Amino acid sequence: MKEVYLDNSATTRPLPEVVEYMTEVLTENYGNPSSLHNKGLAAERIMKRARKAIARKLGVNPGEVYFTSGGTESNNLAIKGVASTYKNRGRHLITSKVEHASVIDTFTALEEEGYEVTYLNTDKKGLISLDELANAIRPETTLVSLIHVNNELGSINPVEKIGPLIKNINRNTFFHVDGVQSFGKILLKPADWQIDLLTISAHKIHGPKGIGALYLKKGIELKPLLHGGGQEKGLRSGTENLPGIAGFIPAVESLPDFTSTSPRYEKLDRLRDYFLNRLKETLPETVINSPEEGAPHIISLSFPGLKGEILVHSLEGEGIYVSTRSACHSRNDQKSHVLKAINLPPEYIDGTIRISLSRFNKEEEIDYTIAKLAEQIKLFF
Amino acid sequence: MNKIYLDHAATTPVAPEVFKAMEPYLTQFYGNPSSIYSIAQKAAMAVSEAREKVAALIGADDEREIIFTSGGTEADNLAIKGAAMALQNKGKHIITSKIEHHAVLHTCEYLEKYLGFDITYLDVDDEGFVSPESVAEAIREDTILVTIMMANNEIGTIEPIKEIGEIVEKHDIYFHTDAVQAVGQIPVDVNELKVDLLSLSAHKFNGPKGVGALYIRKGTRIVPQISGGAQERKRRAGTENVPGIVGLGKAAEIAGEKLESKAEEVSRLRDKLIQGIEEKINEVVLNGPRGKDRLPNNVNFCFRYVEGESILLNLDMLGIAASSGSACTSGSLDPSHVLLAIGRPHETAHGSLRLTLGLDNTEEDIDYLLEVLPGIIQKLRDMSPLYEG
Repeated sequence: MKEVYLDNSATTRPLPEVVEYMTEVLTENYGNPSSLHNKGLAAERIMKRARKAIARKLGVNPGEVYFTSGGTESNNLAIKGVASTYKNRGRHLITSKVEHASVIDTFTALEEEGYEVTYLNTDKKGLISLDELANAIRPETTLVSLIHVNNELGSINPVEKIGPLIKNINRNTFFHVDGVQSFGKILLKPADWQIDLLTISAHKIHGPKGIGALYLKKGIELKPLLHGGGQEKGLRSGTENLPGIAGFIPAVESLPDFTSTSPRYEKLDRLRDYFLNRLKETLPETVINSPEEGAPHIISLSFPGLKGEILVHSLEGEGIYVSTRSACHSRNDQKSHVLKAINLPPEYIDGTIRISLSRFNKEEEIDYTIAKLAEQIKLFF
Repeated sequence: MNKIYLDHAATTPVAPEVFKAMEPYLTQFYGNPSSIYSIAQKAAMAVSEAREKVAALIGADDEREIIFTSGGTEADNLAIKGAAMALQNKGKHIITSKIEHHAVLHTCEYLEKYLGFDITYLDVDDEGFVSPESVAEAIREDTILVTIMMANNEIGTIEPIKEIGEIVEKHDIYFHTDAVQAVGQIPVDVNELKVDLLSLSAHKFNGPKGVGALYIRKGTRIVPQISGGAQERKRRAGTENVPGIVGLGKAAEIAGEKLESKAEEVSRLRDKLIQGIEEKINEVVLNGPRGKDRLPNNVNFCFRYVEGESILLNLDMLGIAASSGSACTSGSLDPSHVLLAIGRPHETAHGSLRLTLGLDNTEEDIDYLLEVLPGIIQKLRDMSPLYEG
């Protein structure tokens, strides 16, 4: 049977070069990077290369890149780290209603510890209002944390404008961006955009699971989440996940270099346009939740009256893998909090599926998907 | 040049079977285990099989008591902070020892410094043993947690965890053990030891780096330290490191099968190494106990008048990888907290050499080391102003 994987926001297939490099590191017995002997030094060199590759792609210094076990840990470290390190300055934090579970749940945990959190509303596209944000910032606000590309909708928050806006109102407020879905898909320049902390994850860019990074602007003090041997300059203890870090390198190096004149992954944009055009021709009634100017890889669709989950399974029967929503939701989050926040009616929410593309998808896979989708929809109506 | 790896307490090579088990989850079954379709479910099933294997290795009754983490450090942090947060209304006193791994010590220090917890750091004797009586004496009404390592990473002392477990069990207190160095080397049974929480790490027993586990006895309350998705029964959020977890499962399976033969073989090499060093080099002191209370793979000596780091560099030039103290602190110039705790004077604590064995070491490796080490020590002593020959 044909297999078409269209759930690249959940995770991606590691590149052959990634697997190859990880295989080398896993089988050739590299030492512990903290050891003094030769094997330890070889391991340390891999760490350096990886830090440099990520730094180059983001336009930051290698010393500002810290490895973690993934996007969730980076988000936790950034948010809990700023909140606890600067609690004497203030205990007010700002985020939005459409964040990833690892951000929302972290803020909920902080509320239980006595912090006050403002959850910004979003418009129908899933974007926050800059005015509402500006009004929410107070002298005691220590952190604004926002998602760059929404993982369920693909909406792009204008973080390049938000950084300067925050700093103009309160230069002591730190700005954290969850860049898990945007890194490698669109332009992301934390240093130019006055972003203080940025989360990225390897397995969303055809790298391995179990490894992520946090960009932390030089000079910002942050309390660690994990205490121990003092690795990662004391910010993240624990023996480094060397195969994971090695696997990060080819994944990052394979990404395009975006510029202000070419800020988007054009190949993905073409695939997305192709998908949307074919969809409009074949199933003109489909509700498209993703904004037109959204990220090049995420397409949220609603078929009111249908159950998204059933559609996911029917498509799976045809070898097509899509999802209803974020893979990482909290169990108590019965209906997507993102779709609720954009005021999508309940029957639309229930009938939502998410298609997320990778640069390796082909037009014929999209043709096949649209054809099977149309068959399934006809069966239901 | 010979390549001899004698730093297995820092990290171990990944077993070929372990890598083979991981590979399909890198190339083929790469789905996110939280997704609902079949290729992702294959990943979810592999995670649950690995959970069963880890549970079997440590004698857990139910595989749901195993929570996967990014490694031993995270498991220790989750156990200690998680229990401290869950029980802080009951009391804020924690008992640990002076020779724990930094993942435990620094976590306790954090709780002490920032969150108002009161920590008792128990002394150890000159072989590194925590006495169960000292645990009993330290327990107070507000004690909520006892955390004592199962085996010391520097000097190999195997602590009387079962005896301590019997004491702690009489009280309404959680008992955690950092078993990172013990699992895969000596038998570990959570029920026999009477522990509520136990940390382990894959890369210490021929599994991959970046994955570990925390055993959480059913009914034990833990506040999660990484918030987010509903993975790991809401106790540890984040997309599962599926290949890593599968590797841990396979390593656990192999460790269980080889436990006895490995311990026997490795401890024979250990004793040969200890005996050889004591015969060939004078003014040496073995750190830690001898015999069955010492980890089968651990050798740790202090050589008077020489710095541990100089020995390391000389060994490294001959292709021998070893360590002074634990890898996590080998960049630091502070003397080992473990050696200070067993009463070694400051200057001696600087001169320690740790040799930790694994299944890939042979008789010839030991012979070669015993052939070159006396010369290295003599050369360094001749250069030392303190040494008078």
